[in-house]
Amino acid sequence: MFKGIDFFPHGTKWDVVGKRFWFVGLSWVLALIAGGLLMTRGLNYGVDFKGGALIEVQQKAGDLDVGLLRDKLNKLGLGDVQVQSVGKGSEALIRVGQQVDEKAQAAATDKVRAALGDGFTIRRTEVVGPAVSAELKRTSIIAVIVSLFGIFLYVWFRFEWQFAVAAIIALIHDVFITAGMFSALWIEFDLSVVAALLTLAGYSINDTVVVFDRIRENLRKFKKMPLIDLMNLAINETLSRTVLTSTVTFLAVLALYLFGTEVIHGFSFAMLFGILIGSYSSIFVAASMLLAFGVKRDGWTGEKVAAGIAASGKKS
Amino acid sequence: MHFSRGKVLTIIGVCLFGLLACLPNFLSQSTLDKWPSFLPHSKITLGLDLQGGAHVLAGMDVDELRRDWLEKTRDAARAAMIKEQLTLAGLPAIAQGGVMVRLGKPEQLDAAYKALRALAQPISGADLIGSSALDFDVTREGTDAVLLKPTAPGMQARVTSAIGSAVEIVRNRCDPGGNKEMVIQRQGSDRILLQAPGVEDVKVIEECFKVAKMTFHLVHPTIGAEEARTGRPPTGYKILPSRDGGEELIESRSSVTGEQLVDAQPGFDQRTNEPIVSFRFNQAGAKIFGKLSSENTGRRFAVVLDDKVITAPRINEPILGGTGQITGNFTVAEANSLATNLRSGALPAKLTIIEQRVVGASLGADSITAGQRASIIGAIAVVVFMTFAYGLFGVFAVIAVALNVLLIVAVMSLIGSTLTLPGIAGIVLTIGMAVDANVLIYERMREELRNGKSTIAALDAGFDRAFSTIVDANLTTLIAGIVMFWLGSGPIRGFAVTLSLGIVTTVFTAFTVTRLLVAWWLSRQKDRKVATPISFSPARPS
Repeated sequence: MFKGIDFFPHGTKWDVVGKRFWFVGLSWVLALIAGGLLMTRGLNYGVDFKGGALIEVQQKAGDLDVGLLRDKLNKLGLGDVQVQSVGKGSEALIRVGQQVDEKAQAAATDKVRAALGDGFTIRRTEVVGPAVSAELKRTSIIAVIVSLFGIFLYVWFRFEWQFAVAAIIALIHDVFITAGMFSALWIEFDLSVVAALLTLAGYSINDTVVVFDRIRENLRKFKKMPLIDLMNLAINETLSRTVLTSTVTFLAVLALYLFGTEVIHGFSFAMLFGILIGSYSSIFVAASMLLAFGVKRDGWTGEKVAAGIAASGKKS
Repeated sequence: MHFSRGKVLTIIGVCLFGLLACLPNFLSQSTLDKWPSFLPHSKITLGLDLQGGAHVLAGMDVDELRRDWLEKTRDAARAAMIKEQLTLAGLPAIAQGGVMVRLGKPEQLDAAYKALRALAQPISGADLIGSSALDFDVTREGTDAVLLKPTAPGMQARVTSAIGSAVEIVRNRCDPGGNKEMVIQRQGSDRILLQAPGVEDVKVIEECFKVAKMTFHLVHPTIGAEEARTGRPPTGYKILPSRDGGEELIESRSSVTGEQLVDAQPGFDQRTNEPIVSFRFNQAGAKIFGKLSSENTGRRFAVVLDDKVITAPRINEPILGGTGQITGNFTVAEANSLATNLRSGALPAKLTIIEQRVVGASLGADSITAGQRASIIGAIAVVVFMTFAYGLFGVFAVIAVALNVLLIVAVMSLIGSTLTLPGIAGIVLTIGMAVDANVLIYERMREELRNGKSTIAALDAGFDRAFSTIVDANLTTLIAGIVMFWLGSGPIRGFAVTLSLGIVTTVFTAFTVTRLLVAWWLSRQKDRKVATPISFSPARPS
């Protein structure tokens, strides 16, 4: 009935959980690097969180000389003005740091506008004052925490607490390492990236839940199979699905990354990286975490296994 | 794999309705006007980041509001003391966050307390908090003073009502006809959010945020501002900067205020052809103004706007008609906005822009193009991949995903939701994630087939087993989506909407549309080695 190409080999027998030392170890290394970067280098906050002004300009005629523009704007006495070339040769992003107060900020933006003159079209202006940037920062942190907690509660409700804890660790792992990636590559971290992190949390838990679901099913099916084998079986059974889905979503988001505008560059990058790290953690880390916390097998024995389910050849 | 006729019709009905609800987005307004009234008309609103426009968040100066209130309370306290014939030790002072009234005679403390206590007003809507909630606390300070201090709920109520009236005033100024599709609303306790499609110059909006408090003051007859600065300004007078760069020494007390204006219009001076603003007082104002001008003919009086002297002409003759005009070297635009601001009344306090995001129409158009291109390329990638991976069933999945996007657009049109650039990203993401539901089902079917099940049993098992997984997996993403909607603003909200809608439609299409298509496929199989007969029987060409 399926005439398509089976992209992913079936009946794989990857011993993921058995080699968990390596995978969890790799995750620890990545997490430590991310933590180190976040602590020493921090994030390249955009205007949303840092305050200040962001102005996207396009030179009306000819290519833009970034150096010239930078020199011109830095003479205005507004502190460090960054000019970055984006998109086609005629566009640039101008970033002006936070001024003392809202009034000075408006004045600074006006000064930049006046200095630009008629040769430029202003495509976008974002000015965020100190009160708002502090608020956005706080709201974002709350949003991330509330989302993680909500997901934790849901998984706890649907599974056992061990599953919830393991899932949330895998989730924090993904979000944390992605944030570390933003620090390492010094990509601007703004509100849309937070949205991407939340989505990534939702996406990654999606993958993890699929694996956990299968572990739960196998717990009912194979009462005596050792936990490690049982988890390996679940991971291998869902492997083709995880890889297929991730590939498709990755392709869709890749289109967004390659063809989207500057505005959603950070967003699509976070999603792209997040899909990779999320799939990695679902396959290689989540189950090992679950094993570390232990699973109560008796919890599942009460339920009758539906008759007629053919076991997948690995009966113990 | 059983589908009753009613179910089939419902599924097809939902899809057709979705298609119908999407249509207005692709039609011109003139075609839409001819559209029969029972069909859906609403279109998706494009966010400011797509159509271009300004998003401005302004904060009200709460300190100014407080100061203003304290000054009024001080005047009221003084008046109350005089009325009750109680002796004051000097003017009541603004101190300790309130108004301190010092008594000349300590034995009058109780009487003064009683008189001042009567000034405190119950907070409007106080029934909710309890009848005892007053807008300020009145306490005895030592033996010879009474302190009137605004309470937190009292101040809160002040700010709330100030913001409420500011919203109305700003609306009257920026969008008097109500046809510019501007969103002007309160945000939080002391903020105003203004969203203006098509506006690229924030100056226009800044103009609306000016207080526009106009007062008239007599200028000191003999002493100039410079002279007053070297010595001490005479009591009852203050120095204010003027618009032309100089300074004026004027009476602190205003003779007439803008509150007594009934009309203000921009115009041109008949002799000099200079832009002016002409105004008219109400009866009370006209009377005061008439008296003032006849008593002070020959003196100069200053027109003060937001603590700046605009002009200070000499009163040549008594002005009795209650009308006048202000000349102040205005440009035409300035005269226009000043007249509008005066007409709409003064704002309770200054509004400062604390966040502004302006997107030019050209960038908006580029974003739409980029979004469309990314969606189409993303969709093609999905179609190709799924068709390669699952053949005909892949095509079924693609149909389901296409319906998904259609339904998202349909629901957004119906509820009048706003599509933003991150919203488009949400749709692209949904394309990817919607496939997941189908992949889960198909992979499960393959597995069951490999385990030796019959086709129909495998298909059934695929849908049944995958169901709880799909619901679990999607609900967790929905949690993130709801949090984003709850906490986010503007573009993020747009993303949360499409993402959340996408999740709902994904689950719907995976279990109805895909299933229906698979059932249809099954019923057409010549090789019917299946045990259960299929009762699925829609009318179809043989």
